[in-house]
Formats: sequence, structure tokens, C-alpha cells
Amino acid sequence: MSDTLTYDLNVNGEIETITAPAEETLLTVLRERLHLTGAKRGCDQGVCGTCTVLIDGEPVRGCLTIAALCEGVEITTIEGLATPEALDIVQQSFVDTGGIQCGFCSSGMILTVSSILKSNPEAGEAEIREGISGNICRCTGYEKIIDAAVLAAQQINGAAR
Amino acid sequence: MTEVLDTIGQRVTRLEGKDKASGRAQYTDDMTLPGMLYGAITGSPHAHARILSYDISAALEVPGVKAIITGDDYDWFRSGGHVKDETLLAKGKVRYIGEPVAAVAARTQKAAEEAARLIQVEYEELEAVLSIDDAMNPDLPIIHEEFSTYQMKVTDLEVSGNECWATSAEEGDIDAAWAECDAVVEETFETQAQHHLYLEPASALVDVDANGKVTIWGPNQGVHFIQTRVADYLGLPLTKVRAISPTVGGGFGGRAGPHVQPITAALALKTGKPVKITLSRAMDFETCRSRHPSRVRMKIGAKKDGTFVAQEAELLFDGGSFMDETPAVASFGLMMARGPYRIPNFRGSARAFYTNKLRAGSFRGFGNPQTTIARECLIDRLAQALDLSPMAVRQKNAMVAGDKWLGGQEVPACGFAQCLEEVKKAADLDKAQLPPPAPGKKRGFGFSGFAHISSFLASGASVQLREDGTITMNTGGIEIGQGASTILAQICAEALKLPIEDINITEPDTDTTPYNYKSVGSRTTYTTGRAVKAAAEDVADQIIEHAAAMLDCDPAQLTLISGGQVGVKADVTDSPLVNRTITFKEASLRAHYGVGGPIIGTHTFVFDGPPFDREGSKMKAVVFGNMGAYIYGVQGAAVDVDEVTGQVEVVKAWAAADVGRAINPTNIEGQIQGGFAQGMGYALFEEMVWDNGRLVNPTLMEYKVPGVKEVPKVQTIIVEDPEPGGPFGAKGVGEPAMVGVAPAIANAIDDAIGDRPNSLPMTPEKVLDVLDPS
Repeated sequence: MSDTLTYDLNVNGEIETITAPAEETLLTVLRERLHLTGAKRGCDQGVCGTCTVLIDGEPVRGCLTIAALCEGVEITTIEGLATPEALDIVQQSFVDTGGIQCGFCSSGMILTVSSILKSNPEAGEAEIREGISGNICRCTGYEKIIDAAVLAAQQINGAAR
Repeated sequence: MTEVLDTIGQRVTRLEGKDKASGRAQYTDDMTLPGMLYGAITGSPHAHARILSYDISAALEVPGVKAIITGDDYDWFRSGGHVKDETLLAKGKVRYIGEPVAAVAARTQKAAEEAARLIQVEYEELEAVLSIDDAMNPDLPIIHEEFSTYQMKVTDLEVSGNECWATSAEEGDIDAAWAECDAVVEETFETQAQHHLYLEPASALVDVDANGKVTIWGPNQGVHFIQTRVADYLGLPLTKVRAISPTVGGGFGGRAGPHVQPITAALALKTGKPVKITLSRAMDFETCRSRHPSRVRMKIGAKKDGTFVAQEAELLFDGGSFMDETPAVASFGLMMARGPYRIPNFRGSARAFYTNKLRAGSFRGFGNPQTTIARECLIDRLAQALDLSPMAVRQKNAMVAGDKWLGGQEVPACGFAQCLEEVKKAADLDKAQLPPPAPGKKRGFGFSGFAHISSFLASGASVQLREDGTITMNTGGIEIGQGASTILAQICAEALKLPIEDINITEPDTDTTPYNYKSVGSRTTYTTGRAVKAAAEDVADQIIEHAAAMLDCDPAQLTLISGGQVGVKADVTDSPLVNRTITFKEASLRAHYGVGGPIIGTHTFVFDGPPFDREGSKMKAVVFGNMGAYIYGVQGAAVDVDEVTGQVEVVKAWAAADVGRAINPTNIEGQIQGGFAQGMGYALFEEMVWDNGRLVNPTLMEYKVPGVKEVPKVQTIIVEDPEPGGPFGAKGVGEPAMVGVAPAIANAIDDAIGDRPNSLPMTPEKVLDVLDPS
């Protein structure tokens, strides 16, 4: 039997105390213990990107990350972006351009795009394509996702000026 | 002149977009119920075997296990799409590797999975039938020995052995026609099994009440169909089964039938507790559905000037272990074989076979991609033989409004010629502007015409005016990502001249939702949309009657005004009524608390286009009594072929779709672009591979789908040739968005290197084979 560990996670700015088997993945802890179900289990192999969350601002695969090793870092899930009143710029861009269809890839895509634009607010289409190349979307053909990212970049840059 | 409308044609943002963007949208696996158990399934290790006995003793010892079910626990209740040939769990024998033979409900997922592994089943192996050729071999065993006892809807089916469907049609005098041709081309094409790869794996959550009524949540494309199929599997009346649609993570036809709902329901009934089953990606690959592999022999003949004279099509489909939608796929593939062209002499047949592999089922295109690749590649060959441009040959033979579809139905509208013209223009412009291919690569351009349907069978809708003047709309149109909810709300809003914000949509639920066949066949916009429009017009009529009574005038003098009001028609100028208005709220309050009762509009219909001429077109075992609202399109691709590696890169694509009337251009573009990507995967690399009955690539590591780096810019062209009968002239677009992609790419490869593979996917190996046949 596996060992059970107790540890603290910083998720969306809240400290959560977790008691779980040592090998439990971050995706399982988020979905089943913290009921943050925005991160999805699409392949459980780190290929599809639907489980993407941010650790210290960088996208990681929740299904390949051991939760107990995430003590002391900042974890951001899709639930951490919007306020109850409004979506953030990237989320709203996805809605406005039609970058969302079935929505199953959207959490991972939105977080990935957020991370790209945070580290490179000048990112153009080529950088966005490179940045989201680890996330699969089966519905959109990616074009409107790229449009969403470009729109968000324009808005972020516009707001900064 | 197109009428100017308030909401139709607008880029209304997706109604559930914020829910999805914020992570709040609830997919099935996101939901839990108090006391919920977890389920797991034991699959067959054999492709074909008799079940001799079960031993569940070790599995029952696993702590937390609450129930185990095997085929022995159930009577021979059979279910199926067209032919009832499936049971809840394998009974008597197994017919593919992974077929569910037993299932477990337990307190934890881990316990359920451990117990499922410990279930022992004793088998007697049988020789497996693994291909169309195997299925035609009379020396191999029969997969469904009791075929003759299965319930089915048609009476003119003649098959034997492992052949499970045979359908045919004929028009003109094909035997005499070949002599009139100046050129005849004939080839055989093979296509592969493709997986839908909806990103949300199969999942079901089922609750049960004290009366034994089950409530089912799960990704689906039609709650009523899931309800009837689950009822069939469990021998229950429809009163004991309720299906609800939560958020659905993609469909593409893959949710058109049940997946884990029936087994989950059985476990809930057995334990009296809510049960959830979510499949791993691998189990989803192994046990849900695929596109039908096919072998298509086709022959087309034309006169010197390119006029088509005759076409022959012989389609063979590998249906897998169970019939599912195979009769409809075979029938539809046949009826789409001629495509949107005038060809006076036609003979076609489609045969389908049982094999010991995963059932093939409904998948975007539905038998149409398999025939379209053959026809469109042969049109290019014919053009080459006659020294004509392939595009000119398509234009010369393009059908127009008033022409007849195969089967004798006159088509009332047809924007195909315009689609051809628009794509040609766009591609010609790009030809001059695209940067040249890299050294060692050859550029080619290819095109494909195609058509599809957007209506068949029945839909209903109800539209209620609430006390504050807003609307609650209830339909069985399933939002699988295609934008159905938004489109249907736009139709409702337009019919009532209300802003979209005033339309509240209920989630499809068989306890309350009017019947809808399914959200398949690109039928939702036209078919469910038509029901919504008529139901909304019923509400408008009732509102106007109330307003007339309140204004003491003739209802004929009144009309709706944008924003939820009734006013006097523009041509009524000499009345004291001019400038008087009644709001929807005022009319609704009168109805609720004064006279007449709450205003509820309803409409139901079954597709009422012209029927097929079964005798005239010698149609046999075609499962469709009727279908129509034909939709047309053209796709084109520019490819660069690497002569050393055989790698094909699609550098640009163009896609025109005749949608009748664009209700929401953003959604249409999204369907066209997404359909191109899925069609490109089908054309170039997606393939489910079985080795001796075992699926060898059931993961996303091994089954590659198009990523952002492979998919080119797809220039979308929306053609609007209004469909009489369609809501505001609109019809569908979802499925055909992938139908012409593979032939366009194949023809582009041919244009680049002078030949192309005759089988999909066109992998680098196959491309190298045609580059250097030695």
C-alpha cells in the first residue's frame, strides 16, 4: 500500500491542506479533493493538454505532476482567472472570437495562452502557434483559438499603453 | 434581396461560452452525487470466443465492492440502432477484444478496477473474422449465428454469411451508356478506421430512485435516443428511464449511440445507488466506435467535352462486431455516391460486413467521405484523360436547382456552382501569391466537390412566454460544441423579434423536452430549427391575439416590433391605434392571470421533403424513407510534397459551403475550419490499426491527430442560396466540412507528383511508393 502524506498546496492564492496517497497526481487532487474540475482528464498521458494548469506561471500537465511535490509553488487553475463578475482578458477573447466549441480543451488552452502572453506580451501568431502546440483541440481547427490569443495580446498591450 | 434581420446573420457569441471559459461548465465526470459508487468494466481478451463460465469469487473479496454483473444476470434483451443485435454485456460469446463481459460497482475507482481485473471468464476461442475479405470467406465462422431472429425495420434485405447489409440503386441504362463514353476511368480505393477523438472520454453518471427509475447524464447527441436504447438493453419501459444532457465534450457522431450509459444504469439498478463510469482513453478507443473502413470500386465515363454519362459504384464497408448505424451508413454512402453532379446513368451497391473488431458507427460524413474520395479522385483522372481542367469538368456537370438527386427527389435550391466558382477564384488568387515551395518539395493544387443532407426524421420544440415577457425555449438539440444552442436561440429570438438575452434555453431532458431524433446528420439547424421557428411563431400569434383583445382591434392589423412589443402594421394609418403598443409582458400577464392561460407555442414535424422514387430508382434496402435539405460545398488544398521523405504539408486551404442562410457566421467558420482539420487527419495520418484483432494504437501517443502546426489557414467562403423550408432559408454545415478534404488533398498530391495513393491515410510511405513504385 502506498504511503499517505499531508501537505499544503497554494491553489489560486488559497492554502489547501491535502492528505492523500504519495503518488496522487495534481490533476486528481484538484478534481477529486478540491473539486476544481476545470482541468480535464483527456488522455492521462500528458499528450492532449486538457489538464494544463500553471505552476509559478508556467503551464504543466496536471496528469503527470505529483501533487505532493507542489508544496511551496503557486498553482493557478482556470478557476483562478475570472472574478465572479467578469472573465479575464484571455477568457473573454476566447468567447468573443469563437475560440471555444465543445470547451473540453478550453481550460488548458486559455491557461497556456495566458502564460505565453505573460512572458511575451508581444507574441505574434508564430509564437502563439509554437506555444499552444502541446494542446490538442478537435473542434476548431485552431484558427479561432489563434485569433483569440492575438486579440488578447492586442488588448493587453493596448491596456499597458 | 435578402431580408434584413435582427439576430440572424449576427456573430452572436456562444451562449455557454462564459461557462466553458471559466471552467464552470459541468461535464459528466465533473459531477458527483452523494453516496456515489464508481464502476469499472471487464473486457474480452479475445476477438471471437464462446463464453463458458464466469468466476467472480475473487473479485467479490475486494474491499468496497458492492455489485458485480455478468451476461448471466440479464435476459436476452437486445438493442441496436437499426437491427437489435447487441446485449448489455456479452452473452454466450464475445465478438471483439475489449467487448464488455462484466462490470463492477465499488466505493472507489481503485477497488472497482481491481475487482474488474480479478473477474475470471472461461472462453472457448473461435477463429476470428478480421477484414472484409475474411467476412466474404465462407470457411470462416459466422459472427452472429442468430442473425435471422434479430428485429429489423426493413423487409427487402437479402444477405448471408457475415454480410450484414446489402443495398442498391440504379437509374438510366448503365450497360448501354458505357458505349457512349469517350473516356472511362475506374479505380478501387481503400479507407481506414478513424476515431472521433472527442476530447471528453466516454462517461456516464446514473442515479436511481426508489421506484427503479434511472436518471442518466452522459455525453450524447440525443437524449431521446439514449433513453430508448437504455430501455431496450434493460427491458424497461420509457417511464423508467430519464436521460439528461450535461455539457458535452465533442461528438462528431461518436455519441450518436449509447456508450457506457446502459452498463452504468444496470449497476445503479443493482446497487440502488448512483454510479459513475468514466472510461480511460484507451478503453474509449477500444470499445466505443470508429468510422467504417471501406473498399470502394468506382467507374465514371464522360464524353469528349467532359459531360458525364455513366457512373458505377460498388461500396464495401467493414461494420465491425455489431450493426449500430451500419445500415444507414451503407445506405447513405450509396445515396451520396453520385454527389452533386448530373450523371444520367448510375448503378450502385453498398454491402456491409460483420467482423470481429470494434463496431463502426456514426462519424461526421457517415459513409460520404468513403465515396467522395473515389468519385472526386476519378473526376480528376477523367479530366486528365480528356485533357480538360478538373475544375471545368466539375463546373460543366454541377447540378442546379430543379435537378434530381439520386433517388428522384428534385432539389429546390443548389449553390454548388457558386461554391465551385468562389473556390476557384480564391485559389487562383493565392496561386500567384503563395511563397514558392522549399527546394526538394513539389507544390500541387487539388479540389473536391461534395454534398450532404441536413434533414430527416422528427423534431419538436416548445417555446414559452414567461410573466416578464422573456422566453423559455425547450428543444432536444444537443450542444456538442457545434453551436446548436446559440443557433436555435437565434432562430427563436428572430421569430419573436427579441434580443438573444431574452431567450432562456433549458437543458435537454427526456422528462420535459419535446422529442428530437438526434443532433446528427447536420440536421439541427434545419430540422430542430424549423420546429423552433414554428413554435415561436405560434407564440407570436397568441401574443398578437391577446394584444388585439387589449386594443379592441383585428389581430390582422398588428405585428411584432423589435424588443418585445406588438404594434400596428405600417400600412394601418387611419386608425386611433397608430402608435399604440402592447408589450409581451402585458400580454403575458393577461394570459397568466386574466384570460386564456400561459402562452406556450409548440411545433413538431417529421421531415416532409419529397420521397424517394424507390421503384423508379430501383432502390433496395435503403433505410431512409426520406431525407433532404441537401447542402453543397467545395474544398481545395495546396500541398507541398517532399520528394525525399514523402511527407505532405498542406500549405493553404479553401472551403466554400452553401449553408442556405448563415445564421451565425462565426459558428459556420468554426465548423468549416474544424472539419478541415479532422478531414486532414483522415487524409494524411489518422488510422486505428488492429493486429490479430487487437487495437495496437489506443492512445494519443500512438494515434496522432492534427495539431496546430499541421493545420493550415483555411479560407472560408460562405455561400447563401436560401433553402425553401429552412428556418430563414438556413440549412446545415457540420458534417460536410470534412467530406471533401481527403480528395482535395489527394488530388493536390496527384497534381504535385503525377500520382497519389489509392488508400487512406496517405502516409509518407504510401506517397513514396507512388513516387517510386520499384
